[in-house]
Amino acid sequence: MTASTTDKQDSGYGRQETGEQRSPRIPHPVSRILLNTTAEDHHIAKMAAVALGLTVLENAIPSPLPGVKPGLANIVTLIVLARYGWKVAAWVSLLRVLAGSLLFGNFLAPGFFLSLSGAICSLAVLALSLHLPARWFGPVTDSILAAFAHIAGQMTVVYLWLIPHSGIAYLIPIFATASLVFGTVNGLVAASFMDNGEKTGTERQP
Amino acid sequence: MLRHIKPGDYLTLLVGGLCTIWITVTVWSGGAADKAIIRSGGKVFREVPLSRDQQIEVPGPLGTSIITIEKRRARITSDPSPRQYCVRQGWLQQAGEIAICLPNEVSVELTGGAKKYDSLNY
Repeated sequence: MTASTTDKQDSGYGRQETGEQRSPRIPHPVSRILLNTTAEDHHIAKMAAVALGLTVLENAIPSPLPGVKPGLANIVTLIVLARYGWKVAAWVSLLRVLAGSLLFGNFLAPGFFLSLSGAICSLAVLALSLHLPARWFGPVTDSILAAFAHIAGQMTVVYLWLIPHSGIAYLIPIFATASLVFGTVNGLVAASFMDNGEKTGTERQP
Repeated sequence: MLRHIKPGDYLTLLVGGLCTIWITVTVWSGGAADKAIIRSGGKVFREVPLSRDQQIEVPGPLGTSIITIEKRRARITSDPSPRQYCVRQGWLQQAGEIAICLPNEVSVELTGGAKKYDSLNY
C-alpha cells in the first residue's frame, strides 16, 4: 500500500518537473482509513445528526426546572421508528445521546447517564408499543408512553445513584405532567411530519 | 392537527392524565395533618388537635409567642424574635410542616396519621 502510494507520488513529482499540470487524480500521500459503510449507516448518521441539532436547539431554551425539557430529538426517533423500525430508531437515539454528551462535554458525567437511562427505557417501551394495533394507536401513543418511560428511567437512576432520598418523589408530579404534555406535542409533530412526508414522498419519488 | 390523533391515542392521553393526577394527589397531599405539636425550649409544651380553633400563648426566653389554630391550619401569629421568619412562614397545613422560632426556642410541627420522612428527621 505504502509502496504504491510512493510510486504514484514520485511519478507525480516527475510530471511536475516536466512542466505538466498536476492532475487531480494523483492521490495525496496521506494514509486513509476507510470503513465499509452501507447506505443504511449513512442514513442513521444523518438522522442522528438531525436529532443532535434538535438537542442543541433545545438546550438553548431555558427550563424552569432541570430535567424538564421538551425532548425535541424524540420527534426524530418517532419518525425513524415508524418508517425504518426499532433497530434503526435505537441506533439514532443512542448515537444522539453519545454524540450529544461529547458535544456538551458531559460524557460519562451524571447528565450522560441520565440521558442514557431515559433513552434506554424509552426504547424498551417503544419496542412494546410498536406491537399495538396501528389502526387504533398512532405516534402520539408511542410518544406519551416513551416520555413516561424516559422520566421513569431517569428518576430511578437519580434515586438509586444520585439522590437516594424519598424527597425526590415530590418532583414526580411535575415531571409526569411535563411528560404528558411534551409527549403529546412531540407525537403530534411527528405524526404531522409523517403525513407530509408521505404526501410529498409519493409526489417526488418516481 | 386532531386528525393525527387516533382513538387509542385519546385512551392513552386519558389514562396518562389520570395516572398523573393520581400521582400528584398521592405525592403532594402529604397526609392530612390532625395534630400540632408545640415545643418550647426543646420540650413538648402542648399537643393540640387541629379540629378546634384556638390561640395558644407559649412562653420563651425572649417573651411570648402566640400560635393560632384555625380551619385545621396552624401558624405563629406573633413572636418576639427579631427577624420574624416563623411568622412570615404563614399557615401550616400538611403533616410534616414545621415553623421554628429559634431565638425564642418555640416551634410548631404538624403531624398526621403516617409520619413522613423529610430532611429534618431523615
